[in-house]
Amino acid sequence: MNKKKNPLLSGPYLVWTAAFIIIPLILIVYYGLTSSEGTFTWANIMEIATPENRKALWLALLLSVISTALCLIMAYPLAMILSNLKFNATGLIVMIFIIPMWMNFLLRTLAWQTLLEKNGIINMVLKFLHLPALNIINTPYAIVLGMVYNFLPFMLLPIYNSLVKMDRNVINAARDLGAGEFQTFTKIILPLSLPGVISGITMVFVPSLTTFVISDLLGGSKILLIGNVIEQKFKQGSNWNVGSGLSLVLMVFILISMAIMQKYDKDGEGAAF
Amino acid sequence: MKRFLSLTLSGALLLGALSGCAKIEDAKDSTEAAGTETAAAAGGKVVVYNWGEYLDPEVIDMFEEETGIKVVYEEFETNEIMYPKVAAGAISYDVVCPSDYMIQKMIENDLLQEINFDNIPNLKNIGEEYLSWSEEFDPGNKYSVPYCWGTVGILYNKAMVEEPVDSWDILWDEKYKDNILMQDSVRDALMVALKKLGYSMNTDSEEEISQATQLLIEQKPLVQAYVIDQVRDKMIGNEAALGVIYSGEAIYTQRENPDLEYVVPKEGSNLWIDSWVIPKNAQNVANAEAFINFLCRPDIALMNFDYITYSTPNKAARELIEDEDIRNSTIAFPTSDMLEGCETYQYLGDETDNIYNTYWNKVKSS
Repeated sequence: MNKKKNPLLSGPYLVWTAAFIIIPLILIVYYGLTSSEGTFTWANIMEIATPENRKALWLALLLSVISTALCLIMAYPLAMILSNLKFNATGLIVMIFIIPMWMNFLLRTLAWQTLLEKNGIINMVLKFLHLPALNIINTPYAIVLGMVYNFLPFMLLPIYNSLVKMDRNVINAARDLGAGEFQTFTKIILPLSLPGVISGITMVFVPSLTTFVISDLLGGSKILLIGNVIEQKFKQGSNWNVGSGLSLVLMVFILISMAIMQKYDKDGEGAAF
Repeated sequence: MKRFLSLTLSGALLLGALSGCAKIEDAKDSTEAAGTETAAAAGGKVVVYNWGEYLDPEVIDMFEEETGIKVVYEEFETNEIMYPKVAAGAISYDVVCPSDYMIQKMIENDLLQEINFDNIPNLKNIGEEYLSWSEEFDPGNKYSVPYCWGTVGILYNKAMVEEPVDSWDILWDEKYKDNILMQDSVRDALMVALKKLGYSMNTDSEEEISQATQLLIEQKPLVQAYVIDQVRDKMIGNEAALGVIYSGEAIYTQRENPDLEYVVPKEGSNLWIDSWVIPKNAQNVANAEAFINFLCRPDIALMNFDYITYSTPNKAARELIEDEDIRNSTIAFPTSDMLEGCETYQYLGDETDNIYNTYWNKVKSS
């Protein structure tokens, strides 16, 4: 209809992208590849190979894979139930999953700290019921709990969207042609919802991998993830070069997961919103 | 829920205490009049960069009212966050309040200007000994005016710890597994281990740092969490039996939970001073001096002491403290023999800093 689009309209967006995405990225690449004297070096990136940093990266990968798997196991059946509801479940989803997200992410994580503490609310209730105390605060379990809690909506929404958009006639056709409940699921529903699943996995995996707040607050700073290492380089050590170098390494993992997403989700069907 | 209630209540109490301070205003001594006059003529603004929750907000209102100088107030969380911002010079701060070793680093890197003490007559209220301690990082007392000081020690819960606490060794006692809170910062954490080993906390010997690291790695399974500001709330809430904490927080925690007791271990500890300095690129030097002078006024120093409970180097203010227990508290004002073996942090240069950071990283990732 309107073929002559006004190029000025995209101006604010371009300025925004340049100022807050492209320039910062260039700065990180610059810092990551230079020494504190400003000469070119690979040393900042090789810093990932020290035993401490390798361990932090490995642990971050492990915990985020576990969290992503847990999110998927919980979100998929839930999305199926919601998408099969007779009425439009969007309102329900908004109420249960989006409204809590209006509250600040830090506060929600801090709330878990208070809940899980030794003399916290959960343990007070357990004690009252004469049940054994729950001692997971400051352990990797608490970090996984925090990740799953915070990122579950990002898994649920894309899967729900791809399930709702599915053409019911395809499923009915499969049933007509003699496919059972299980066969319909594995041959029809699952493959068709794959874009949503992949997009959900990326949206949970990437923030879990890079988080430092959750591991700080719920891990008692005893468990060092790669995000914490980078945070420390910037904040405590004032060493922006190594911090940027490690960020570049982390970016490789993010790019890989984004490439996978591109491959499976060409039409953007699994978009969350 | 109980804790939330007690927090609100303590907030209400604090408000009450503040309104009590207002009375002291009437009893201003004559010295401050001279200080404010020079400032009133200046007008304009002063950009202050201070630690979080490190000044009674009412003091700022009073300063603005009396001098007509507008205060632009910003806060930082650690010295390490403050330093690059001041060094970059993107914002020109007029008054900053760093700690001892950071002041030394800023002097060495030529970021500070000498203060004209003629414009700060209230300096006479600051005790001599604090100025002589300051010489360790500011030789000749040219660049800094002490604001708060204190020690680092062990805060313990008398209901949970039976034996007397007088040494860092107790932080390595298996009995208190999962009941120990350590400081989550390089120098403070390594200080504990270095002092336990009898070394200087300003050591640049990699061998000594490595031994201290080994100790901290051995201790890690016993530690409940590495925290900074949260030591306070966790100790008040009986979450842990022992915690490494700054003396200024100790008085506050005792008000909230009478079971808590603070001790400076016999092996010695960190004696720190936070002082006001004026950066080289300050735009409003006269206003900065007026601000520092204002803070050195006894009644103002007292207001700040009541608000933040960190020890004041202001002798005249200490005499104004009404509560005898606090005026003579050895937590707020330790005697000189209690400070034996205590040291002030020194800036050790980037290379040694890197060694500390690398070894601390080993503790954290172990």
